[in-house]
This record gives sequence, structure tokens and C-alpha cells, in this order.
Amino acid sequence: MSEDLPKSEELAKVDYDPPKRDWMDPTVEIRRGNYNYGSNPKSAEYLDMPYVRKFDPKADDWNLPDNWKQIVLEGMRDRIMKYRSFHVFMDVCVRCGACADKCHFFLGSGDPKNMPVLRAELLRSIYRREFTTAGKIMGKMAGARELTPEVIKEWFYYFYQCTECRRCSVFCPYGIDTAEITMMGRELLHLLGIGIDWVTTPAANCFRTGNHLGIQPHGFKDSMDFAADDLKDLTGVDVEVPVNKKGAEVLFVVPSADYFGDPHYFGFLGYLALFHEIGLDYTLSTFASEGGNFGLFHSADMMKRLNAKLYAEAKRLGSKWILGGECGHMWRVLHQYMDTMNGPADFLEAPVSPITGTRFENAKTTKMVHICEFTADLIQNDKVKLDPSRNDHWRVTFHDSCNPARAMGLLDEPRYIMRKVCNHFYEMPENTIREQTFCCGAGSGLGTDENLEMRLRGGFPRGNALRYVQEKHDVNLMACICAIDKATLPALADYWAPGVQIGGLHELVGNALVMKGENRPTDLRSQPYETEEEQKDE
Amino acid sequence: MKAIAALILVLILLLAVYLGVDKGNQQYLFGVIIPYAAIAIFLIGFIYRIVSWTRSTVPFRITTTCGQQKSLDFIKPSKIENPSGLSGVIVRMALEVLLFRSLFRNTKAELKENGKLVYGPDKWLWASALAFHWSFLIIFLRHYRFFAEPVPSFVIGLQSIDGLFQIGVPVLYITSFILLAAVTYLFLRRVFIPQVRYISLMTDYFPLFLILGIAVTGILMRHLFKVDIVNVKELAMGLVVFKPVLPEGGIGFVFYAHLFFVSVLFAYFSFSKLMHLGGVFLSPTRNLANNSRFKRHVNPWNYDVKTHTYEEYEDEFRDVMRNAGLPLEKDK
Repeated sequence: MSEDLPKSEELAKVDYDPPKRDWMDPTVEIRRGNYNYGSNPKSAEYLDMPYVRKFDPKADDWNLPDNWKQIVLEGMRDRIMKYRSFHVFMDVCVRCGACADKCHFFLGSGDPKNMPVLRAELLRSIYRREFTTAGKIMGKMAGARELTPEVIKEWFYYFYQCTECRRCSVFCPYGIDTAEITMMGRELLHLLGIGIDWVTTPAANCFRTGNHLGIQPHGFKDSMDFAADDLKDLTGVDVEVPVNKKGAEVLFVVPSADYFGDPHYFGFLGYLALFHEIGLDYTLSTFASEGGNFGLFHSADMMKRLNAKLYAEAKRLGSKWILGGECGHMWRVLHQYMDTMNGPADFLEAPVSPITGTRFENAKTTKMVHICEFTADLIQNDKVKLDPSRNDHWRVTFHDSCNPARAMGLLDEPRYIMRKVCNHFYEMPENTIREQTFCCGAGSGLGTDENLEMRLRGGFPRGNALRYVQEKHDVNLMACICAIDKATLPALADYWAPGVQIGGLHELVGNALVMKGENRPTDLRSQPYETEEEQKDE
Repeated sequence: MKAIAALILVLILLLAVYLGVDKGNQQYLFGVIIPYAAIAIFLIGFIYRIVSWTRSTVPFRITTTCGQQKSLDFIKPSKIENPSGLSGVIVRMALEVLLFRSLFRNTKAELKENGKLVYGPDKWLWASALAFHWSFLIIFLRHYRFFAEPVPSFVIGLQSIDGLFQIGVPVLYITSFILLAAVTYLFLRRVFIPQVRYISLMTDYFPLFLILGIAVTGILMRHLFKVDIVNVKELAMGLVVFKPVLPEGGIGFVFYAHLFFVSVLFAYFSFSKLMHLGGVFLSPTRNLANNSRFKRHVNPWNYDVKTHTYEEYEDEFRDVMRNAGLPLEKDK
């Protein structure tokens, strides 16, 4: 793959002028580097999906079921009744174009169908034709199109070139949220047995083993033992990592990449060191070994199916409340969907920090607290000793992950922590952070190698902003609080801002944390801290 | 091309009213029947659309948060951009509806020669949209003087502010020209910004031309081809009390053109994107508080789904769990 990849200077030459061809023509060329492979039939079957077959997006004939049109139209009708968002968003767009240059995929590709307005029009044009008077009478004049197999291919291509990041929704005068449109589009495609493997297989793994990576309970236990050994080597402190411990006050849930991925793992060590130091009575779970939820990228039903285990496991273990680690889309599900889908969790208690006594009023019904809220509260109450100079080898910027930013508003908690754990923190330009943050370009299941070119195109705005602080402030670390970010931003940084590393916020917390009885010659990556001499040299 | 089609459509409407009134003597049709029908279609259509939207459920709280959430005491929440309760939502919605808050955020991305993307503020769309909607509203309210006797004081107040500069006889209203300028700008940006031209449909140009037609005929009738204002009011008052009479002596063609364009706009309204007038209030990303972790929200169609229980999980992995020293629920 990487050998076909154009150089970054080439990819940055984006042509924003629309083509001559009218957008109503649905023909797409499914290009290498710009799409994801189809679902593995075994995974789809495990999840009881309809019309399971081998699906290759590059094939001419997609073997749609005989009554495919009826399935799609009934699916649309059903969703129009179930989701006011979908219904209203199908009707009220005035095509003002304010969203156009807000999408990272449009900014990186120049493809007009990556303007949020047109991405939605791909569905709207069918909606008008089938469900509105004006569309039925005036047809093309009113923006109505006929549903053909080509349209299905076009939907597939463009609904998997949207990361459901919701940046466009911030700028839309009616709050039209393309994530809703894309989610409906993907649900409709799934009704026809069309999906991508990087969503379907992780979801199937998660359903069976509790986590996307398919790690079985003994493998999970091994990872925890391994992490404890690593921490002992790095800090000289014996740390216990409780697994499936009944009666633990707090159930701690993380995205599975935290204990298997790099650089996630350093942040995971940070959590473990922190919990040890404050003496938190907590447990991890092999069954609830995934907080992330690729069901969100599949369908509402799948999201609910995968999410159900969290409350069930907290109940089985007799925990009082649940603490969640650093992960973007996981927090969208936990914050906006979990209680409604799988609650009420009346067997749990409103979360209270056993260390500070703070009652997390903002999480009193869901009973789930974000690790940044938890840690910020610890720091504010002086319950941990921090030495920010241990992060002096890092000049850090912070990437707001889409979902915590635009589906929660978790903006200042991580910044509060950041300022306490490191001395060199620099913000990227204001149009690229907080609620206006740019996506990594690989969220919502698009973070595959086969899709690398489109990922890097989508990552162009983020890469550009990163390059800016790299040149201006010598930034060498972009911290973030999202597992997909940590998995995919390294490739983005290597391409757009070579030399910048990616790390989790709690890796920095772990570095700065002063532990009792510690002997820490290096940071959590086994790198030496900057010595005083080096600082003087600067 | 789509713009031309829309223009032709509006010209056909003009021709229709010309033939109808000037040649065919169909004053009653254009002065009474069509306006009544248009209002009826508007009211029924508008209510139908709103009811049909509200019949669709809101299963989840999908607020788009544009500021800091309410969480810890020492972190200042953004009460309006990320409302945690009803009062915040009301202010957020008021800013959205009255001042177009989201559009005010608009930026323009520019890709420089050196491959750098820069973002600058772009307030033109916001300013023209605001100028257009507010002047339209004031003009709409000003017209109330034709439908009430005596003319209510708020209308007189509006008129005197609107005609503040006291230019011309009769006085030129500022809003008439703001409306004209704003609609023209909105049209020109559709034509000249390549991306906006690419996404524009015939149905985007049509209301612009129609409103332009309404504004132009209105201004012409007030300042150039002066129509008999007493007769206009007689017709309007008759329509209001459902005792329509065509005034003796008649009213000029320009008036009928103006009235016909307005009637078409009303009739067309509920079939079109103009329904954003109602839809803006119903957008779940804006009108819901971000309180989903501390206030339970029920999905009216929540149904059970097939899940994988811990028991099934332990059944599958019991042996490896036992070997790894993990506690078991059933160890046999």
C-alpha cells in the first residue's frame, strides 16, 4: 500500500473546484487506498446479519437481494419514524454551504461529495423522490433521484468516508449532524448485507470475547500480569492489577487497545500506577474488557448489544460505579446512549470518589465517570504528588478527540490535568481545537491500512495544525484521550508532521506521578528524563 | 442552468398574472380565490409538516456540544454553548433562531501555495442571512397596516423607525432595500462560489427569485407605479373578515403581480426547504440539554436485543479461565 502513496507535498495539492459532472450522477470509482474491505462472512454470520455473503466492494455485481429496493425504502420509512433527527435533517437543509469546508475529508480530498451537504444529499435525493410531494412531482428539479444499484455503491463509498466526527454540525445553522445521516446510511446498507470488515469483525470479537481484539480471558490476565511486571521494572513499585474481583468499589473499563496497542499501553501503565498510588479499590474485567464500541459504527442495535455487558458486569461483580478510560467513541456511547439503551442502572450508586469524597453529580444516573474527571478531581484536591519536570523532554500539544469534544464537552478537564503534569504545553490554532477540533481521519471504523490514502487526506487538516505547532514551538508530542487516535495518529504524524510522537494524557500523568518507594530512572517509555544539564543547554 | 430554469418559472408566473388580470379580467381569481387558497395550503401544509416531524420520536440525546460541559465544581461550564438544563437550551435556541449563532461561527478555509491550510472568519453569509430574515420579518409586520383599522401602534412605530431617513414621498423604507440587497447577495454567492453553485438546486434559486419579485413589485408599487392605496386596503380588509369585495375603480397590475408572488410563496412554503422556519426549533442537536449522564432519558421504542451474557461467556471460556486462576461463577 504505502509504496503507491503520493508524497505529502503531492497530497497537499488539493483541487477544490467541483467537476463538470453533475452530482446526481451516482457513478463512483472505488479506488485503492480509498475504501475498506467488505465484511468477513464469518463475523457477519456470528452477529446474525442478514444476507451474509462474500462482499468485495470492487466487484461489479454486489449480489443485492432480489427485493433490495423494498428493503431500503422500508428501512428508511422505519428510521424516519424512529429518529426525528433523521426526519428533520432530510427536510430542512437550505444548502447554504456553510458546512462545505468544515469537513476534513473535503479539505483533504476536494471531492464535492465529501462536503457534508452533498453527503446528506445522497440520501436526501432518494428521500425526496420516495417520501415527499415536491420530489414526486418535480423530480430532478426538486433534487430527487431514483434509487439504483449505483446509488448503493455511492452510499457505501461516501458513508465510509465520513468519520461521524460532527464538526459540520457545529457550524450548521440547523444543527444538521452528518453523523446521524451516515449512521442511517450505514444501517440501510447493513440491511442489504453490506458492511466493512474493520467494523464487523471487531464487533463480532467484542460480542464473543468482550473486546474488539478477540483477546480471551487468559490472554487478558496475562496482559495484566505483564503490565504489573513492566511497572515494577520501570518504577520499582509492586503494583497489583485486580481482574474480575468481586466487591471492588469501582469497575474500570478501558478500550482494549489500551492494554495491547502502542502507544496506548504507556497510558495504561499510567492508570495502573495512579490507582495503586491512591489506593483505589477497583477491578478490571475480562468480560467487560472493552469500553469501545464498534457497534456505534454499525447500527443502534449493535451498539446496544455490545454495550449491555458493562452494566451487567458491574452488577455481577457488585461494583458501586464504573470508571471509563481514555477513548473517544466509547465515551459518545457511554455519555449519550448507555443509560437510555441499557439503563436504568439502579443497582449501582451515584459515583463518589473514595479518595476525595467528591460526588460526581454530572454522572449520577449513568454512574459512569470519565478518567479525566476523576483525575482532575484528585489533582484539585491535592491527593497526588506530581513532578511535571519529568515530562520536560516532551513539548506537548493536545488533540481534542471528536466525541469527547462535540458529544460531551470534555474540554477543560484534560487541559487542567495537562497543565499540572507537564511544563511545556502549546495549543494548536483555535479553529482546530476544542469544539472545532479536526478528526484524525480514521474514526468510525475507517482506520485500516487499505484505506490509508483517504485516512491521510482526512488527516490533512489535523496534520497541518500539528505541523504549525511543531514549527512554532518545537512540539514533539501530541497527547490525546482516544484509542483510535492513538492507533492512527502516529501514521498521520509521520506523514504530515514527521518527528511528532503520539501519547495518552495518562501517560504524562504516569510520568509525573511521584510514587512511594519509587525508583524511576526513565519515563514509561523507558526513555531517560531530560537532565538538568540538557535543560541548561537550551 | 438551474438558476435560469428558476428565473423562467418566475417569469411564467408573471406572465400568468399579466394575462389573467390585464387581458382576462380575472381580478377575483387573483385577488381573492388564489390568496385564500394559498393561505389555506400554507396553514394546512405547515401544520402537517410540524405534526409529522413531532410524530417521529427522539430516542437519544444527541446534543452537539459546543463548549465545556458541566462537570466538576472548579471547571467553568459553558452554559449556553453546552446547556445542562432548560434555561440554557432556551437561550441557546433563542440565539440560534434570532441571531443565527451557528452561522456566526462560519470560517473560510484557504489552502495556501505552500500547502498550509488557514482559516479566517467569514461573516458574509451570516450577515446577509440575518439582514435578509430580519428585514423580511419587519416588512411582513409592516404590512399589517393593510389588515387592521385603526392601524396598530406597533406598526406605526415600526414604520417610523424603518423610514427614519425621511427620504422621498412616500418615505423610503430601509428594510426594502436591505432585503433587496441581501437577496441579491444570496443569489450571487450561489452563482459565483463554485462549491455552492455545485450543490444548488433549482429549488434553491426559485424562492430567491420569487422573493426578489415580491420585493421589486412592492417597491415599484410604492414609489413608481403608485397604486390606489385605499382600494388595496379595502380588498385586504374584505379578505380578513371573509367578505371579500373587489374595490371599484380597480387596482393596478403591479399590485396583482405582488399579491400573486406572495400567494405562490405561501402555497409553495410547506413543500420546500423554507420549512426550515419550523424545523430549526426541532433539531435534536440544538434543542436538547447535554444532561444524559445525570438525567435519565427514555427511548419510547427501546426493545430488547440479543446480547452475550456472562454465563454464556464463562461457559465458553471456563477451562482457560480456571487455568489462568480467574474466579469462576460455576466451577465444575
